[in-house]
Amino acid sequence: MSSNQAQSSLFPENLRKRKRFGQIIYFLLLSCVLIGIVSLLILLVRILFDGIDWLSWHFLTNFPSRHPEIAGMKSAIFGTIWTIALTGSFTVPIGIGAAIYLEEYSPKSWFTQIIEINISNLAGVPSIVYGLLGLALFVQWMSIGRSVLAGALTLALLVLPIVILAAREAIRAVPDSYRQASYALGSTKWQTQKYVVLPSAMPSILTGVILALSRAIGEAAPIIAISALVYLTFIPTNPLSRFTVMPIQIFNWVSRPQDEFRGLAAAGIIILLLILLGMNSFAIYLRNRYQKQSEE
Amino acid sequence: MKKNKDITTRSSVYKRSASSKIEGKAIKWILLACALLSVATTVGIVVSLVVQGWNFFMEVSLWEFLTGTRWSPILKPRAHGVLPLVGGTMLVSIIAILFAAPVGLGAAIYLSEYAADRVRRIVKPVLEILAGVPTIVYGYFALSFVTPSLQKVIPNMIVFNALSAGLVMGIMIMPMISTLSEDAMMSVPRSLRNGAYALGATRLEVASRVVVPAALSGIISSFILAVSRAIGETMLVTIAAGATPRLTANPLESIQTMTAYIVQLSLGEAAFGSLEYNTIFAVGLLLFFITLIMNLIGSLVVNKWRQKYE
Amino acid sequence: MENEITQVTDKEISKNIIISARNLNVYYGNFRAVKDVNLDVKKNQVLSLIGPSGCGKSTVLRCFNRMNDLILSAEVGGSILYNGINLYSAEVDATEIRSSIGMVFQKPNPFPKSIYDNVAFGLRINGYQGDMDEAVEKSLKQAALWDEVKDRLKDSGLTLSGGQQQRLCIARTLAIEPDIILMDEPCSALDPIATLAIEELIRELITKYTIIIVTHNMQQAARVSDETAFLMVGEDRAGYLVETGDTQQIFTNPKEERTESYITGRFS
Repeated sequence: MSSNQAQSSLFPENLRKRKRFGQIIYFLLLSCVLIGIVSLLILLVRILFDGIDWLSWHFLTNFPSRHPEIAGMKSAIFGTIWTIALTGSFTVPIGIGAAIYLEEYSPKSWFTQIIEINISNLAGVPSIVYGLLGLALFVQWMSIGRSVLAGALTLALLVLPIVILAAREAIRAVPDSYRQASYALGSTKWQTQKYVVLPSAMPSILTGVILALSRAIGEAAPIIAISALVYLTFIPTNPLSRFTVMPIQIFNWVSRPQDEFRGLAAAGIIILLLILLGMNSFAIYLRNRYQKQSEE
Repeated sequence: MKKNKDITTRSSVYKRSASSKIEGKAIKWILLACALLSVATTVGIVVSLVVQGWNFFMEVSLWEFLTGTRWSPILKPRAHGVLPLVGGTMLVSIIAILFAAPVGLGAAIYLSEYAADRVRRIVKPVLEILAGVPTIVYGYFALSFVTPSLQKVIPNMIVFNALSAGLVMGIMIMPMISTLSEDAMMSVPRSLRNGAYALGATRLEVASRVVVPAALSGIISSFILAVSRAIGETMLVTIAAGATPRLTANPLESIQTMTAYIVQLSLGEAAFGSLEYNTIFAVGLLLFFITLIMNLIGSLVVNKWRQKYE
Repeated sequence: MENEITQVTDKEISKNIIISARNLNVYYGNFRAVKDVNLDVKKNQVLSLIGPSGCGKSTVLRCFNRMNDLILSAEVGGSILYNGINLYSAEVDATEIRSSIGMVFQKPNPFPKSIYDNVAFGLRINGYQGDMDEAVEKSLKQAALWDEVKDRLKDSGLTLSGGQQQRLCIARTLAIEPDIILMDEPCSALDPIATLAIEELIRELITKYTIIIVTHNMQQAARVSDETAFLMVGEDRAGYLVETGDTQQIFTNPKEERTESYITGRFS
């Protein structure tokens, strides 16, 4: 090293060793990131490879069957649409309402703090436990039965914390000057919320709602506890119909030993992932459009 | 008094209804009710689990449940010792965290200390996708890819085993660890890094001796939350880890976790009120408490760390 | 080539100059922040860099231990000669330089570790073989902090007051026995009494060290420094050196009118 004479004599020459060690660790750290990326790639490629041959129009329009070549996921697709539509209509207004309360109305007190701690803990409760709640509360005690409604209510409670957290963040991001301007024109608190805060927070709230609902679409465990069914050859006609959803249909196919059903499972996963991809892209689109608007 | 009247007269021009004050109050209460629903959910979870679990504990003693080493609620001779289920859950979770903790932390250090902005902008969404994939998909992946691949290396391994479930669970919770840990490291002030660089520290020394120790409680909390997530994870273990309640430390064997048992019994549509039906609530109650305690510890640790910097 | 360097070295040493900047230019992306700065720093003296905000004085300071390397868009042109070596030549390692040229920052930034570990940090990473306790005590004494903390070395560095924290950061820098200490507005976050303590410390330290200090406080520059360099912002928003010289002379009889206007407060 040219600058040895500059190095104070206090230390033995060890920088080269330290640098080389740093290089080795750098590659280890990089490979940690690569493990994640490569796993995702293998997973996607594998599923595409397994399932692509089983994708067809009938796959979407046929009911499940013992015969893999004519089996489809019509009942599961309709079940998912019913479930998510109901889940959304319960969880969105309640989640936004709770968020407005916590951000704009709640006094700073131990009571508010309990609600907040409670919400963050609810987000960590395993989904199967929500299934048990739904089973006891909606199916058994409220006698709603093993129905779409019971499933949707359960999922609504499951994703409620996610919606509340997203909506709170969106509301918090609305500049205070908007509120002050609204009050200065003589608006009441609720008018300010309704005409000023919510409209400008809405794109972000929607993004959060879509992400929450895409979590709900992928959930299988709580629905198994509620519906108990994995094989269904009709579609729900009203909220009290029995039902199945896509992840459960996939689960049914995965648990069969024959390779054909594995292929069907992979095909079902492709459809499920495509739906999630679509929803997430829409959420990202919304977010970007909103960001552009606020920059203008 | 007179002044007040003046104001009222004037605002009547704007047709503001006299009831607007009442309306404001009502809205406040409705919004409060929305917020309280979350508290009601917690209460509902506890009540439903405790009430149904109570029926179970009328027939099986809590002691037998918590200390018994055999779990056979359907096949006779019946036994209701939950330890095999707890053991199975722990086995899978330990494998998962042994994989996910170093990899997740490594990825977090890379992203927060080494990666250029451009790289971070690509890698972070990819990891988010990994976290957003439904668990049923991971189950499929474990069963149809990871297990057959492992069987090539370990020929006598059976199809349903704790190892592949644990490894895939590790992949699943890794993004959680890397995201939370990276957040913790990113909030370590830039000035501390500069201080260390100015003393002649290399990038690795800055990361390992300043940033990681300063973010340690955030990192540990991410581990705890990830383990809690693994304990509560259901479909992956139901599909890949088997349905054999067994107290074992051998990852190559088939086991059953608490969550997988609940699914297995739910699929049988047991009659409401029967002992088998009530077992799932007893197991669910235990599961709820374990994850609750871990989540509380996790958030306690992270709060302590926040106080230090803010 | 070799001859040339040796010659330069001899010349610098003869003038007792330890480090000097030649045609220093700093760019942030396309923006030139510092323009053609030439500056010599004499051994065992305090040089202060003064000038209006945005004149690039901190940027210049950070060139001396290559802290600008840590800013991705920053690029440094020109050279800095230290003991006859250009710090910006390819074979010089920034990490190595920083253990010879230490730095104290604007806001005290002790690590969230014990007082002891803060001082030992630099010694440990550099693989110090000697008696650690002794080295820590010596550094804390040099930084005039020992008497205040000797009974609580295990306490976190964050429990100290602002002024103590800054002296801890100085002790941390002294521990690895650098040649030069860079100080970037070290008192700007401190109260007047703590400021005074640091200023006294600076005067004591120059028996062993060379100090370059950036300050926005002209009284401080007048009190602590032997030489002063005055920088200004040009019309292209790039900082440049107006003049440099003996502190006494700069403050009483500057050569440049711009310096005089600044010092007398006609603009800022």
